[in-house]
Amino acid sequence: MTSVASDRDAAFLASIAQIADDVARANSDDVDRNARFPVETIDALREARVLSAFVPEELGGDGVSLRAIASACFELGRRCGASGMVLAMHQIQVVTIVRHLDAQGADSFFHDYVRSVASEQRLIASVTSEVGTGGDMGQSIAALTPNADGTASFEKQAPTVSYGGYADDLLTTLRSGPDAGPGDQVAVLTRKDQHALEQNGTWDPLGMRGTCSPGYVVRATLAPEQVLAAPFTEIMTESMVPVSHILWSHLWMGVATDAFDRARAFVRAAARRKPGEPIPAALALSHVMRDLSLLRAEVRSALDEFLAEDDRERMATMAFALRFNNLKLAASEQAPRVCQGALNVTGIVGFKNDTPYSVGRHLRDTMSACLMVANERIHQTNAGLLLIAKEV
Amino acid sequence: VSSAVREIVQEHGRLAVDLTTLPDDASLYEAGMTSHASVNVMLALEDAFDVEFPDEMLTRGVFESVAAITAALQKLHVQAA
Repeated sequence: MTSVASDRDAAFLASIAQIADDVARANSDDVDRNARFPVETIDALREARVLSAFVPEELGGDGVSLRAIASACFELGRRCGASGMVLAMHQIQVVTIVRHLDAQGADSFFHDYVRSVASEQRLIASVTSEVGTGGDMGQSIAALTPNADGTASFEKQAPTVSYGGYADDLLTTLRSGPDAGPGDQVAVLTRKDQHALEQNGTWDPLGMRGTCSPGYVVRATLAPEQVLAAPFTEIMTESMVPVSHILWSHLWMGVATDAFDRARAFVRAAARRKPGEPIPAALALSHVMRDLSLLRAEVRSALDEFLAEDDRERMATMAFALRFNNLKLAASEQAPRVCQGALNVTGIVGFKNDTPYSVGRHLRDTMSACLMVANERIHQTNAGLLLIAKEV
Repeated sequence: VSSAVREIVQEHGRLAVDLTTLPDDASLYEAGMTSHASVNVMLALEDAFDVEFPDEMLTRGVFESVAAITAALQKLHVQAA
C-alpha cells in the first residue's frame, strides 16, 4: 500500500474511532431499549463522508481500502452493534456496485449513481431475502417485469429489510424476467422516489434492535439501465457473499470484543478492591480470551486471504465459496460464545442492563448472527459442495 | 503521594523487614517483595489512585522502590493525595 493510501485509511479510521466513542457509545443503550434507528450515529457518518469512503476518488469518494472498511465495522460494532450492522450492510452494497462497475460500460447510470452516493451521502439498503424462498439468496420469486413504456416494475415480499424506512436507495434481487427460472437473478438499484415500501408487521426483536428491519412489500418502477450488468452469479460469488461475511464478522467481533473488555474490567475492578485474594472470575475470563482469540484468528485470516487473492477466477471456485461460508459459520457461532462467556464472568452484574459491565445487549446482538442467512442454509450449500469439490 | 505508597506497600508488599526502617530508595525486592506481591501492590495502587499502569510501565524497575513507584505515579499525573 502506498503511503498516500495508508494515510487516507488512517484519517478515515480516526474519524470512525471518534464517532464510535463519542456518538455511537452514547446512544447505544437508548437505541437498543427503544428499538430505534441510530440516527445520530448515521448522521455523524454522513457528516464524515463515511458512506462513500469506499467509492474511488475519481468518482468523488475517498478511495479507502476494504481493510479499513472492515476495521470501521469492527470499531463501530464495539460501541453499538446495530450501528455497526447498518454501516456494514451499506458498505456491502457500495462495495458490490463499485467492484462490478466495469461491466456497466463507461459513464453508466451506476457511475452517476456512485457519484451521488458521494455527493449526497446516500444510504443504501438491500432487499435480498424473500417470503417463500426458504432463505435461499440464490433464488427469487419476484420478477422484473417490462412495461409498455420501456420501464420495468417489480413487487417483492421481503420478510425483513434492514433500515428500510431510513434508506435512500434499495438494491433488490429479482428474477431477471417474468419467464426466468428462480435462480436466474439480477440486482437492481432504485432511488427513494422510484419505490414504495409498505410495511407489514412490527419490529420488536431480541437483538440488533436498532437496525429497524421489519417486513415490507416493496414496489418499484425503474429504467433498464438500473440493472447491474455483470452476471448475477459473479456479483454473488465475487462480492456480495464474501464481502458480507467479512464485514458482518468484523462487526460481530467488535461486539464480542466489547463484551470481553467489560468482563476484563469487571475482573480487574474485583482484583483492585482485594489485591491478593483469589478471584474465580479471573479464571473464567481466561476461557473467554481463548474464545475471542479463535474468533480473531478466523476473522483476520479470512480478510487477509480475500485481499491477498483478489483474483476473480479463484473466487468462482468451490474452495473459495466454502472458505467464506465457513467464515460466516465460525464467526456467527463464536461471537455469541464470547458474549456468553463474558456473562459467565460478570454474573448478575453483567446480566443487569444498567451497569458498566452489562453484556446482555452484546449477547442478544450476536445471537442474530446465526440467523442472518441461516447457518443451516449455509451448511446445506456446503454439504452439496463437499460432495463434489476436490480441493477444500 | 509517597506516604500513601508506603501504606500500600506495607499492606500488600509482604516485605521481610519493616518498611518504616527503609528509605524511599531502598530496593523492595531486596526487602523480600516477590513478583506476586508486586502485582498486588500494583492493583492496590490502581485502586487507591484511580489510575491504570499501561503495559509498558509494568516493569520490575517501576516497582523497585517507594521512590520509583512515586515517580511512576507522578508520570501518570497523580496529584499529591
